[in-house]
Amino acid sequence: MSDILVSEQSAPGPGGSGRPSGRLLEVDDLRVEFRTRDGVAKVINGVTYHVDAGETLAVLGESGSGKSVTAQTIMGILDTPPGFVTGGQVRFHGKDMLRMSSEERRRIRGEGIAMIFQDALSALNPVFTVGFQIAEQFRVRRGLGRAEAKKRAIEMLDQVKIPNAKSRFNNYPHQFSGGMRQRAMIAMSLALDPEVLIADEPTTALDVTVQAQIMDLLAELQRERHMGMILITHDLGVVADVADRIAVMYAGRIVEEADVYDLYAKPAHPYTIGLIDSIPRMDEKGQQLRTIKGLPPNLMNIPPGCPFNPRCPMAQPVCREKVPPLLQVGNARASACHFAEELVNRD
Amino acid sequence: MGRYLLRRLLQLVPVFIGTTFLIYALVWAVPGDPFAGKCGERRCPDQYIAFMTEKYHLDQNVFVQYANYMKNLVQGDFGQTFSQREISDIILTSYPNTLKLALVALAIEAVIGLGAGVLTGLRRNGFLDNLVLVSTLFLIALPVFVIGFLLQWLLGVQWGIIKPTVSSEMRLSELIVPGFVLGSASVAYIARVARTSIAENRRADYVRTAIAKGLPMRRVVGVHLLRNSLIPVVTLLGTDLGALMGGAIVTEGIFGINGIGRQVFRAIVTKESATVVGIVVVLVLVYLVMNLLVDLLYAALDPRIRYE
Repeated sequence: MSDILVSEQSAPGPGGSGRPSGRLLEVDDLRVEFRTRDGVAKVINGVTYHVDAGETLAVLGESGSGKSVTAQTIMGILDTPPGFVTGGQVRFHGKDMLRMSSEERRRIRGEGIAMIFQDALSALNPVFTVGFQIAEQFRVRRGLGRAEAKKRAIEMLDQVKIPNAKSRFNNYPHQFSGGMRQRAMIAMSLALDPEVLIADEPTTALDVTVQAQIMDLLAELQRERHMGMILITHDLGVVADVADRIAVMYAGRIVEEADVYDLYAKPAHPYTIGLIDSIPRMDEKGQQLRTIKGLPPNLMNIPPGCPFNPRCPMAQPVCREKVPPLLQVGNARASACHFAEELVNRD
Repeated sequence: MGRYLLRRLLQLVPVFIGTTFLIYALVWAVPGDPFAGKCGERRCPDQYIAFMTEKYHLDQNVFVQYANYMKNLVQGDFGQTFSQREISDIILTSYPNTLKLALVALAIEAVIGLGAGVLTGLRRNGFLDNLVLVSTLFLIALPVFVIGFLLQWLLGVQWGIIKPTVSSEMRLSELIVPGFVLGSASVAYIARVARTSIAENRRADYVRTAIAKGLPMRRVVGVHLLRNSLIPVVTLLGTDLGALMGGAIVTEGIFGINGIGRQVFRAIVTKESATVVGIVVVLVLVYLVMNLLVDLLYAALDPRIRYE
């Protein structure tokens, strides 16, 4: 099962490769920059990933690695200005969404691809009831009448396990707890039965105990509906149980992509190694937490060569000169490191 | 909600008493003989002066006068002018005219101000935005009487599009230009507040969510964005009604409208203090009621505000 899409990050052609592949959703050599008063920040520098029906892709990375911006570009909710797509494709059922009319794109939102956001309190409209905001989907997009839309919305609230869904229908977002709000957000995004769900750090704003419940719920709904799911997170602990594949992002690029077990067992990029090492462990209680030294690069001035080289414990002269392309290493995995083979073949 | 309403209504009582007392005291404190010029060229007869002094308790101190006035007022008696005309008659004939004018001004504010604010807030720094910014600056900077006379002269005299003055029937079509003049400064403020509010909320997370839901842009703006941006605009509009009615005197003068502005002015000149107080007291009531309405509207617009 060699379903890792290997891109040629070193020699990007504008507009992506454009070949049809029968995939559900694919991002192909996407490039996005933010034009600000202080200069141009290259936020996405040739990101390629895909997700198929029924699978979960976790996109992992620090703040500013470009994982959320990629998702916003897929949804078409990138703030322009300052954000501009400068190259690449986002294909849904093989069709490039970046070249669609805005009306065509709008129809895909919610029905084809839906999204849930990090902070449900600010993502839900404070002046409308939760029920209204879910029922709105059925009324506007499906043309259902008020009563029928309400019935369907209550069903959705039931599906995300909100107790007393009927009476909760008329509550406002601020009357919900954090976990309940995120459940309502999930209900809203799944109302139109989307083929792909993008979850942008869905548990970051929640209590640890609630985090697990929400992740379980998402995993369950994803299985039931056979959706493709893109789970964006900076928390390696969250993804292990849920994801099928993991794509690690750094400075606007994918630096490693692999099956979840392969990635944990034998990371093929020094950045991934650093991330896994920095997870707190029970058997190392009392010791100082390990961290990755240094800071992510300034996106207005990305260092030449491998963008990770200033922080990399394995950096060699070649790393400061050549950008390592994302290449297949071993079986069904890819890494953008000059020494990926050695990392995979080590004991 | 019921308890809140009751509490707010009770709060109105001391405010009403305080403001009306101040008005009463100030109006009667105006120096000068109230009987001067009341009886033509001659001095008024002593009998008349004695009668009127008795009737209006002019020999008593201001507190007693005020108490007597209020006692009559709560029974609906606004008193009479020195020429024995019922003040309530004056109020009943002049108030509807001013209210009509102020409501037209308010409607123009809401439509033009809000419209311009929404359009420019969505598309900042465009041509329209600059046009609105400059023209609102003009409206704010120019005094009402300049705008009033200018429009009357241009539209009424030079081009003959409107009649220069408003007839006594106060037809709606006649009131559009005077209404715009009256509301001109407020239109500008409303446009600017709406613009800022829309621009601020446009990047809000819930607007992004509404777009991500695949709602048509019309609905994203008209429902999700507008409802949140309306709150500061409603405050301005609501409290403005009282200000418009009180400030209508110049506009009424220019366009020859028989409203409270004209009546108050005449009453001040002729030292008809009871008339002045009567008209202003009703104006205070308008202010208080509108303020209460605005507060209640908040709860309707923003459910996070709960009155308990």
